[in-house]
Amino acid sequence: MFKMKTSHMSAVFDSLSRFYASSIGKKFLVALTGLVLIGFVFGHMIGNLLIFVGKDAINEYGHMLQTALHGGGVWIARLGLLAAVGIHIVATIQLTRANRAARKDAYGQHKAQVSSKASHTMIWSGLTLLAFIVYHLLHFTVHAGNDYGTYHTTLHGETVHDVYRMVIAGFSWAPASIFYIIAMLLLSTHLSHGFSSLFQTLGVSTDKTEPLFKKLGYAFAGLVLVGNCSIPIAILFFHYGR
Amino acid sequence: MSLLNLHLKVWRQNGSQPGHFQDIEAPEIPDHASFLEMMDIVNERLISKGEDPVAFDHDCREGICGMCSMQINGVPHGPEKATTTCQLHMRKFRTGDTIWIEPFRASAFPILKDLMVDRTAFDRIQQAGGFVTVRTGAPQDANALPIGKEVADAAMDAAECIGCGACVAACKNASAMLFVSAKAGQLNSLPQGQPEKDRRTLGMVRQMDKEGFGNCTNQYECEAACPKGISVRWITKLNRDYAIASVKEAFGNTPKVAGGGD
Ligand code: HEM
Ligand code: SF4
Ligand code: FES
Repeated sequence: MFKMKTSHMSAVFDSLSRFYASSIGKKFLVALTGLVLIGFVFGHMIGNLLIFVGKDAINEYGHMLQTALHGGGVWIARLGLLAAVGIHIVATIQLTRANRAARKDAYGQHKAQVSSKASHTMIWSGLTLLAFIVYHLLHFTVHAGNDYGTYHTTLHGETVHDVYRMVIAGFSWAPASIFYIIAMLLLSTHLSHGFSSLFQTLGVSTDKTEPLFKKLGYAFAGLVLVGNCSIPIAILFFHYGR
Repeated sequence: MSLLNLHLKVWRQNGSQPGHFQDIEAPEIPDHASFLEMMDIVNERLISKGEDPVAFDHDCREGICGMCSMQINGVPHGPEKATTTCQLHMRKFRTGDTIWIEPFRASAFPILKDLMVDRTAFDRIQQAGGFVTVRTGAPQDANALPIGKEVADAAMDAAECIGCGACVAACKNASAMLFVSAKAGQLNSLPQGQPEKDRRTLGMVRQMDKEGFGNCTNQYECEAACPKGISVRWITKLNRDYAIASVKEAFGNTPKVAGGGD
């Protein structure tokens, strides 16, 4: 009885690992994790834009994130995102290596007829984003090399982390702001291809929806670029909150 | 008729030895010649000079067999849309042009000689599921299996694939997804293909991976280069069919897929 069960378990496991081992299987995971990351990027941007609503608005939002599910919520989100980013990166690096191996000898002449520049540089925009994610976490989450963790303020009579002051201080330093802006430019190129691409990978694009996904992708890439860059630009160049 | 004076840069290679571009002058090429006829003229001249003619693949010379290949100025089958190399005409070029002529390059298509590559990887993918098993016995009445017009038309569109490999050649990843999706999709669309659908999809995709083709990054260069205009929507369908077949294989009762085909 027990033996039967484990062999069924391992049959399921075998099939799943064969799925991951296949080219389409890996791409499927890249698309699913890409979709999760797109959702995160959107939510994160909307939350951050609360800085323009005012000091209390963003501090309340930050406090809500920190205390959701008695502080467990933020960790569930972090672990989920870590898994998504991890799978996305490992799979895309494996796929990129397999693609390079599939053509070892370069052409003398090779013309791209229809594909965008962005689609040819996904691994580079992606790896820059990875560097950015690490920097961003050190900067605003771990507070490595800064004292932003000690910024506190009172909100409705409670002592809370002063997110507002942290962001203003963080983006008052030009090199940080400029790196953020560069990273957002690359994120928007990544999304200009990745957004519509994921629907093709998941097998749902049709001749009617493909142009729609394309337009939505460009719009989303533009929105993320403008929305996220507005914060460092407002602070660094227009002295917002300083 | 006018005559063209052309400068060719032709890839020369013997088997797995390193290759190189050879500059070949091709004066006085009639503009009504096809690209392959131009190559024939060039070869006649090389032979009469006692030199080694350029090896290239060809057969029907009417755009239906899929044997001709060649990367011409960086594009498989040359600059003309939906046209095989054998159907490409020299009037599409100007006198004085330099033309780069290379083999289809992919690790899964090893170079045999000059512009000839070994495309039997495609045959092995077909053998891994690209068929409908026909049993012996009395055939059923032709009209007993109604097929919707739209379905029949779509299957015919996929069946247009001549297996030339231009999709692989055009793709920056040397991916065979357009070919595999056309071959699997043709049969997966039809009622006759249903009983073996999952087995076919899993078998063909696994063979494709085993042959060392790259994977699809949804850039659609294959569709742009395909002489038969096969649509990338077949790739959408293959992605979907493969995911469904994998889930069924993992959790359902489908027996495990062997290599298939034998
Ligand atoms: C906020 C972070 C990110 C988001 C929102 C994101 C989003 C996406 C999306 C939606 C796709 C398309 C999936 C598909 O074609 O099915 C994709 C593909 C890809 N991503 Fe990311 N990604 C992110 C971070 C990264 C990172 C850190 C890397 C680093 C290696 C990376 C590398 C790639 C590569 C190489 C592809 C495949 C491109 C292709 O198929 O042409 N991405 N990404
Ligand atoms: S899909 Fe088009 S390019 Fe690819 S093998 Fe078939 S006919 Fe040739
Ligand atoms: S020689 Fe047959 S398709 Fe070109």
